[in-house]
Amino acid sequence: MRITCPYCGARNLEEFTYRGDATVKRPDSLDESATEAWVDYVYLRKNPAGLHKEFWQHTGGCHAWLEVTRDTTTHEIVAVELASKGAEHKER
Amino acid sequence: MSQINRLTGKGLVDHSKTVSFQFDGQHLEGHPGDTLASALLANGIRLVGRSFKYHRPRGILTAGSEEPNALVELRTGARREPNTRATTIELYDGLDAASQNRWPSLRYDLLSINQLASPVLSAGFYYKTFMWPASFWEKLYEPMIRRAAGLGYPSKQTDPDRYEKANAFCDVLVVGGGAAGLSAALAAARTGACVILCDEDFVLGGRLLSERGEIDGQSTQDWAKSAVAELESLPRCRIMRRTTVFGVYDGGTYAAVERVSDHLPEPPAHAPRQRLWRIVAKQSVICAGGFERPIVFGDNDRPGVMLASAVRTYVNRFGVTPGRNAVIFADNHEALRTASDLADAGVTVRAIVDPQPQPSATAEQVATETGALYINGIIDAVSGAYGIKSVRIKDAQGASKTIDCDVLAVSGGWNPALNLTTHLGGKPKWDNALSCLVPGDLPPGMRVAGAAAGQFSLQACLASGEAAGADSARDCGFSPSAPSRPAPTEDGSPVAPVWYVPSSRGKAFVDFQNDVAVSDIKLAAREGFRVPDHVKRYTTLGMATDQGKTSNLNGAALLAEATGRHLGAVGSTTFRPPYTPVAIGALAGHHRGKDFRPTRLAPSHAWAVEQGAVFVEAGAWLRALMFPKPGETAQETVDREVANTRTNVGVCDVSTLGKIDVQGSDAGTFLDRVYINGFSKLAVGKTRYGLMLREDGFAMDDGTTARLAENHFFMTTTTANAVKVSQHLEFCQQVLWPELDVQTVSQTEQWAQFAVAGPKSRKIIEALLDSGQDISNEAFPYMACGSFTACGGAPARIFRLSFSGELAYEIGVPARFGDGLIRTIMRAGAEFGIGPYGTEALGVMRIEKGHAAGPELNGQTTAHDLGLGRMMSKKKDFIGRFMGQREALNEAARAAIVGLKPLDPKMRINAGAHLVKRDAVANAENDQGYVTSQAYSPELKSFIGLAMLSDGPARYGEVVKVCDPLRDYETLAEVCSPHFIDPEGERLRV
Repeated sequence: MRITCPYCGARNLEEFTYRGDATVKRPDSLDESATEAWVDYVYLRKNPAGLHKEFWQHTGGCHAWLEVTRDTTTHEIVAVELASKGAEHKER
Repeated sequence: MSQINRLTGKGLVDHSKTVSFQFDGQHLEGHPGDTLASALLANGIRLVGRSFKYHRPRGILTAGSEEPNALVELRTGARREPNTRATTIELYDGLDAASQNRWPSLRYDLLSINQLASPVLSAGFYYKTFMWPASFWEKLYEPMIRRAAGLGYPSKQTDPDRYEKANAFCDVLVVGGGAAGLSAALAAARTGACVILCDEDFVLGGRLLSERGEIDGQSTQDWAKSAVAELESLPRCRIMRRTTVFGVYDGGTYAAVERVSDHLPEPPAHAPRQRLWRIVAKQSVICAGGFERPIVFGDNDRPGVMLASAVRTYVNRFGVTPGRNAVIFADNHEALRTASDLADAGVTVRAIVDPQPQPSATAEQVATETGALYINGIIDAVSGAYGIKSVRIKDAQGASKTIDCDVLAVSGGWNPALNLTTHLGGKPKWDNALSCLVPGDLPPGMRVAGAAAGQFSLQACLASGEAAGADSARDCGFSPSAPSRPAPTEDGSPVAPVWYVPSSRGKAFVDFQNDVAVSDIKLAAREGFRVPDHVKRYTTLGMATDQGKTSNLNGAALLAEATGRHLGAVGSTTFRPPYTPVAIGALAGHHRGKDFRPTRLAPSHAWAVEQGAVFVEAGAWLRALMFPKPGETAQETVDREVANTRTNVGVCDVSTLGKIDVQGSDAGTFLDRVYINGFSKLAVGKTRYGLMLREDGFAMDDGTTARLAENHFFMTTTTANAVKVSQHLEFCQQVLWPELDVQTVSQTEQWAQFAVAGPKSRKIIEALLDSGQDISNEAFPYMACGSFTACGGAPARIFRLSFSGELAYEIGVPARFGDGLIRTIMRAGAEFGIGPYGTEALGVMRIEKGHAAGPELNGQTTAHDLGLGRMMSKKKDFIGRFMGQREALNEAARAAIVGLKPLDPKMRINAGAHLVKRDAVANAENDQGYVTSQAYSPELKSFIGLAMLSDGPARYGEVVKVCDPLRDYETLAEVCSPHFIDPEGERLRV
């Protein structure tokens, strides 16, 4: 499998480290009523058959965290974006 | 006897040179360009092995990598390699091969008695027979079966050769260098595309080398030669001979193994035996050719029964005839060429046997031309156990005729070699017209051409190869010229293949390698097996080194018939990598033994080696465990190192701890969010201990972080978690809080850092520092940090930190000064009695101080459990805050850290032991906790331990039972504070 890093170009799988589901959003830890959101965030992960957004880090290269859109049934990679430009912080 | 079956003036072998080799100790000769198989046949040797189950005599069936029978042990000693195919072994001078699976000799094999038991040894025999008693399986049945059945033996010595891994990239990868592959490579490479052409053979050309056809007025052999010459002249085309593409992976990644030195007695200096390639290709064209199918009939496994195409290969490519009197048994016209080629080479063709329902005028005509008898019928019986002597032929009217022969060329049509098209999950589809499976849906960027695509004729191979090569180049952005070869028109109507001869006598083998006969498949069908993959596992059809390349479809045809279904509906087994066997050595490459992974050496390593240090692996690091003196036991060494550090001064290399530089105007805020305690208010020039949690509230790592400047922090992590923490910080910075102005970078290898610990440590640091720098207790108190210069201008960071509990400093210098610094420290410390200490003494001292380390930060403990619950800030957001507050993670009954002192100081507190109340029975119900760390404290003259104990901090003074049933050990211990020595920390602050 190959992943096209926005900084380094198409590189082999071994250079990347997988983290998992990139659709999760870290809730506000000071909101004491957010228990359900926290349980979801820490323990629940989507596992779709088909397109999925995942966090990968280019650990063997530039160390950028990436948001990779991958088809879990074919391993086809549809999109790779920098995670720092992802949606999570824009909601803040 | 010298090469009695060599045909003078024929083939591509170099008749002018002779190569000597041995087979089963017999000295023989061949020519350069031979395979072991062709050289054996040239010498009239037909019997080359014994079969897997029945130990039946076997010969050479094919001329390629699909060979099921002719497996030999190649080479001797440490280089002995079992199960190599004689049909692919390139002959070299001094080659030494031995037959397998026979004892005492190939001709007289005692276990051939298994043949008499063949009615018993049917499909599923092992499953049915050796079921009871279960314990007999491991001890008796399996070893017995393994000894009797089996293939060759590995050398069991260390492989003396090297293996490499390499990467290649191209626009178009062409797999296979036959008619289709050469055409594809030419069409693509002529456009200027970067092309890699891989072929498993040592001469390119595939079937072009084996046939007597013509292309563009040249013989096929000459055309192949000129095509290769042109490809070699194109600068962006690379030809890889002896290279098998064995696997297809995601994203246009292909695995290939190049047999760099297998054709030589031993690898040349600095050359590997084999090289594993990862080829990344934008487009690929699979031109892997096809496999000829045998026809299944009684005793079809006798030496001398060969595939018709293989006979042509031996005659036309190698200049060898497998025999002098041939019979052809084929259901198709393609195989008639074998009769013509044999006759042309002066071999007598006795008969052409055609099993089709209707006689064929074409076949009859070839028979007339070659002087052979044409019989519309079947092979009814074969005689000659060690080599075929005659066949009995039964014609359509039922009349029998026995004909003497020493070679029987068989053909039941062709199957595409479509294996590589299915590695990513593609399913082959049934082609009714061709009566074979052809490639189905292909992975992105892959094309198939030639026989692999069901384009069997020469014209179709050339045309489909050219088209696929041109299309691939176009998809890479190149402009191919218009196709020069027209696609051929359909030639005649297809005929239904003859899969097997039902009336024939003797055991009829479908899979030669596993001795699977027609009767086994019928039995499996009767017992309810319907899916080819299930039949494979039950009967072993299609298993082992050849993976059924010559047997799968015949087996499926029999299964279809036995279960009353159409063959197209039965399908085939799933093909997975590797296409042909790949040595584990090639997959491992350099990563074996000590080189399995890189070894990281601390900056003081060379010095520590000089001191006779004993080392220990800590992750990839090699750290000094202890520095023994002659005559000392390990315990004495550790006791001495600890005592010397506590009374005088010791030095320890702590460079392996993770070091992370954190900079930016929001660095303090960032650290507030990754540690449970606060850092933004830490004064410049100060250091603080911090604990990090995972988001689920459990402890992840701990360490100290120093504030070197307003916007510059320097973090340390444990050795084990250095990489993990670094990745975690990068995630936090890039994904969670990209709005913060902060950057992190690992500096673990940039700084050499030494802990100088003990009452006399200040004197040594003072001696190292350049003059005019003050580290007195007043100017530089406990937990201070700062930048200094040492040893005449070298930048040095000093941290007044202590893991040992003594007055201590850590001094860090750029890594290149590390070796010099340790030597300077030792010189400066000589008058104060300095001694180095290793990680073992380090561990003893931290246990004496009750500092948590790896055994306590074990992924199951919280801040509360580590006695650090009160450090958790209530005011700020930090990783793990919300989940870490959960009630269950903070209740008193949870196991929390305590110290343990045995009532008898000579009794050990075994790490891993569990704790129960003093009088309780040692069982899971009474379990109250477990010992995490243990040590002998020379200062207390007692064994001590750290443990996680339920409600532990409230139970100081209570006696508990330390139970270690695994090692049959129990002792009583008093629960105490984990701070065994200097609990108030007075020694730190002097």
